[in-house]
Amino acid sequence: MTGPREQFARTAADLVDDDSSVALVYAEISGQFFASVAARHPDRVVNVGIREQLLVNVGAGMALTGLRPIVHTFGSFLVERAFEQVKLGFGHQDVGGVLVGAGGSFDVSGGGRTHQSPGDVALLDAVPGIQVHAPGTSREVDAVLRRAVAGSGLHYVRVVSQTNGVELPADGRLHVVRRGGRATVIACGPVLDAVLAATEGRDVSVLHAGTVRPFDVATLRAVQAGTDVVLVEPWYAGTSAHVISEALSDRPHRLLSLGVPRTEFRHYGTPQEHVVAHGLDAAGIRRSLDGFLTSAA
Amino acid sequence: MTLTVTHPTGPAPTRTELLRLIGLMTGDEKHSAAATSTLDVIRVLYDRVLHVDPATAGDPGRDRFLLSKGHGPMAHYAVLAARGFFPVEWLAGWARFDSPLGHHPDRNLVPGVEISSGSLGHGLPLAVGTALGLRAQGLDPRVVVLVGDAELDEGSNHEAIQLAAALRLDALTVVVVDNASASYTVPGRIQRRFATEGWHVETVDGHDDAALERALSRRTAGGPGVVVARVESR
Repeated sequence: MTGPREQFARTAADLVDDDSSVALVYAEISGQFFASVAARHPDRVVNVGIREQLLVNVGAGMALTGLRPIVHTFGSFLVERAFEQVKLGFGHQDVGGVLVGAGGSFDVSGGGRTHQSPGDVALLDAVPGIQVHAPGTSREVDAVLRRAVAGSGLHYVRVVSQTNGVELPADGRLHVVRRGGRATVIACGPVLDAVLAATEGRDVSVLHAGTVRPFDVATLRAVQAGTDVVLVEPWYAGTSAHVISEALSDRPHRLLSLGVPRTEFRHYGTPQEHVVAHGLDAAGIRRSLDGFLTSAA
Repeated sequence: MTLTVTHPTGPAPTRTELLRLIGLMTGDEKHSAAATSTLDVIRVLYDRVLHVDPATAGDPGRDRFLLSKGHGPMAHYAVLAARGFFPVEWLAGWARFDSPLGHHPDRNLVPGVEISSGSLGHGLPLAVGTALGLRAQGLDPRVVVLVGDAELDEGSNHEAIQLAAALRLDALTVVVVDNASASYTVPGRIQRRFATEGWHVETVDGHDDAALERALSRRTAGGPGVVVARVESR
């Protein structure tokens, strides 16, 4: 089975092959996947070396000429390192492109904090108009990348090895995966399996968001169950809390935000060990959920 | 297995012994190029050049070694363990969840590690700040930072290269471990780049102990120095 990152590379190569207005810019990372497409399109597939600030502005410069760039490296370097280039090169110039960050919060757990980007979505939330996608399967990676490249504006696609077992349309909308009446649990990106296991036997609705910016608040308002909302994000906890609070500002509600704590987490090990340590596995989510619902009684 | 561990007061650990310690982390047959390419430089620095040991690791006047090329820290871990900065037993836990030793080093977890690194292009700017901070406090130890040739892609290095020369930071030495791994490598460009900004430049065989000792021991007058240590291509 093709993993999400390799799927990204395959789809990106297809898009460069199929459309002469699409370019791919990368900074060494994932270069093992791009040799063939780079040989076919040396003018539109560019490795800038280990130069992430240049990476983003080269992509933005290509966008200024009318190309649709796909800009890729690890999220830690693409967003956290080169944030001003994203903000000014794309956002302030008002040109579009598709940023694809690999690794996310957990993939390179053995590498420590330098290679983890739990802050990427929160940072990008400060760029007006950006669309942020967190596909949960390889097929979703393929679909969302094709949609983002065919679309307009600035997109960020967060490609990580963590995946969901449930395939959902990558259409930018919230999807109801389970219906209940006591509370609403929102799973963002590839945390759905853990959320479904955690809520098994609980009277709650489970929604899934594959796109978190813009957030599909209309669906949330239409299907909200009870007054309690639990938000589960595989990046910094509470990154989307302000969106939920705003969407429900005219209704009494309580919100519990689960995610990666905003602390320096000085551990190595495996992705799953980090997921468990942050309470984002099924048992951890269930503990938090039960505590939250009980506290409301 | 009994390990021969060298303490600061004893004889310097041999290359063979250090390779065995690296093997505790990576497996006997898997000494990655990222680890072994830097081994001789780091070994010679700690054996023959730097004035720092576990007893002086907190001394404000100690010499500083900053490993900017943080993606191959095993050689550094091996040298630090062999010299008694932390127990050799730590090496076997390398990269595990509760191990202080990861794929990239964290100064808050590992005694003797001066900077947390792994994201390229941070060590040289931090070294410039370290040299300035020491100078401002009337301290005059050496500050040696190890970078990779491909790491010099990062633009942040070039800001630091310009400023260090302009401020005549003669306490600062950059050692570039050059395994020609940069995608757009050009022979001699590293030396010319530093020389253009006024650095003292020397090129040596990165596995020649005597040449490394001579070049790294030389504190250049009037400005910073760079030693390009050539090793086998990646």
